[in-house]
Amino acid sequence: MSDDNNAYWRANIRLVTWCLIIWALVSFGFGIVLRPLLSGIRVGGADLGFWFAQQGSILVFLALIFFYAWRMNALDRQHGVDEE
Amino acid sequence: MDQYTLNLLVVGATFALYMGIAIWARAGSTSEFYAAGRGVHPITNGMATAADWMSAASFISMAGLIAFVGYDNSTFLMGWTGGYVLLALLLAPYLRKFGKFTVPEFIGDRFYSPTARMVAVACLIIASVTYVIGQMTGVGVAFSRFLEVDKDTGLFIGAGIVFFYAVLGGMKGVTYTQVAQYCVLILAYTIPAVFISLQLTGNALPPLGLFGTHVESGMPLLAKLDQLVTELGFNSYTGHHTNTFNMVLFTLSLMIGTAGLPHVIIRFFTVPRVADARWSAGWALVFIALLYLTAPAVGAMARLNLITTVYKGGDLTQPIDYDARPEWMRNWEVTGLLKFEDRNGDGKIQWYNDKNADFAAKAEAMGWKGSELSVNRDILVLANPEIAQLPGWVIALVAAGGLAAALSTAAGLLLAISSAVSHDLIKGAINPGISEKGELLSARIAMAVSIGVATWLGLNPPGFAAQTVALAFGIAAASLFPALMMGIFSKRVNNKGAVWGMLSGLVFTLVYIFAYKGWLFIPGTAMLPDTPEGWILGISPLSIGAVGAMLNFAVAILVSNATEEPPAEIRELVESVRVPRGAGAATAHH
Repeated sequence: MSDDNNAYWRANIRLVTWCLIIWALVSFGFGIVLRPLLSGIRVGGADLGFWFAQQGSILVFLALIFFYAWRMNALDRQHGVDEE
Repeated sequence: MDQYTLNLLVVGATFALYMGIAIWARAGSTSEFYAAGRGVHPITNGMATAADWMSAASFISMAGLIAFVGYDNSTFLMGWTGGYVLLALLLAPYLRKFGKFTVPEFIGDRFYSPTARMVAVACLIIASVTYVIGQMTGVGVAFSRFLEVDKDTGLFIGAGIVFFYAVLGGMKGVTYTQVAQYCVLILAYTIPAVFISLQLTGNALPPLGLFGTHVESGMPLLAKLDQLVTELGFNSYTGHHTNTFNMVLFTLSLMIGTAGLPHVIIRFFTVPRVADARWSAGWALVFIALLYLTAPAVGAMARLNLITTVYKGGDLTQPIDYDARPEWMRNWEVTGLLKFEDRNGDGKIQWYNDKNADFAAKAEAMGWKGSELSVNRDILVLANPEIAQLPGWVIALVAAGGLAAALSTAAGLLLAISSAVSHDLIKGAINPGISEKGELLSARIAMAVSIGVATWLGLNPPGFAAQTVALAFGIAAASLFPALMMGIFSKRVNNKGAVWGMLSGLVFTLVYIFAYKGWLFIPGTAMLPDTPEGWILGISPLSIGAVGAMLNFAVAILVSNATEEPPAEIRELVESVRVPRGAGAATAHH
């Protein structure tokens, strides 16, 4: 394995890890387990945890996938492994 | 023009459109049949994936699932969308780079094991066949409600349409009909929702309306709904009433299962480049989110509408007379999905939670003898346009939308099954020397046979039809997803690890489901009581896929570390899958 491929893969793993932490935080965290902690923050007749469970997590998922695609395509070019 | 003619015209027009696309998008090679020639634009593929993924369950049932339970069923919303994050970050780009045609093919090559490939074929077929039964019965039901034909006749018409475009066009035909089907289903879903949101909250966007103000009472919509349902003895809508641990596991199982379903994964083989596979997953979720952000609004508003229809004056002790019920209730009573039984003989429709012990005394005092209305959750979406008193063409569009959702998912599943049969079983194992032409023919025959089997199963649904979602997601989560992920992210997991991992995940999940639901779902053979009290650690059989997946990972890693390393060429294969460069070349030599 060339060193540059190694650096590329490490950068990818770092990016994936951060994205998955956020993925878990908004759904399992804010949407379910941490909901009682957020119950003080009211959102239109319900609380922030309810909003995350029904809408917020989906919006964050969307942002994560597009952010990942954008960052990875940039990483491909930086490390010279993009498609010609 | 009467409603029946209108339904016939709109549904007929959409079917003519699908047939036209099928003739235009005929497949001439195996590459076109399996992967649409890898020439599908990422946005187009995103739209096709959305239709492929959103089944009759998403279109018809999901809003009802949320409406009658509230917050606790947010699991479906998060689970069925969160899986796309896993798919986009962990699988889709790498499997596209690998550049072959089926999911078992990757597992067989990466784990240099025909056994692993056959285990994957078995998992794929069980998961997809169980899933397709639900779609076929959905087609039959939609036909019988809107076109007044017999359920079986409806099933034959639906199967005939799928036969035409799937056998002729393979992945290419399925892709472009799915795009058309997406447009039909999303219009059908959002138009009634916009009008209902406007009527109730004054906001034209249903997701904002959900958190907006209920115009009539001046209260926030959700606060009003909470007040009404609790006064009728039901659980509060926004409250959390189930086991938190089980809720997390169920959501996780749906997510992992989504990412591991072969008919969704193979859609990402159709885009030209690895970068496109990444974007395409995002676009797929955009198109899915349009429906998934609308569904909880539809659910909450429909529940509110139902209550204010029954208790018209706003007084929750004074329901309306049965004779004064609105027209749409009369229409749906005919189908049996809405039922009224006058238990106390007063001619009024009492609708409340008669299983709530605290409410019983109050009901007793009012002379109520049990809840008199039963509403099937599946009618909420279908009856929406009538509840909102929208014009007849909207009702016809909803009929076409329900059919589009069921047909597009059925076609995607059948494609996954037939390509596994012709490519993995016939070319991969039985007759490796088969010519390109012979393989294309066998793919078409496999498709035709799959449709025949699916139709037969739709006509004679096995007793476990209702349990199929748990089974399909459980198997995909416990067997396929971990094998695919380890194939990409580990160079150490070897053939033995993969086979033992998949088998233990699969067997564990099946045994847990069967122990509660009956062996092979045969009634009376369940060994444990299927109630929250009877579940081990509170884990429902529906949530066990995530545990099966963990077991798969653990067994695969342990067995691999105890046995020899994979050969050098496999480690090189993993290296090459990890970088996008050379994706075109990988396709060309096939």
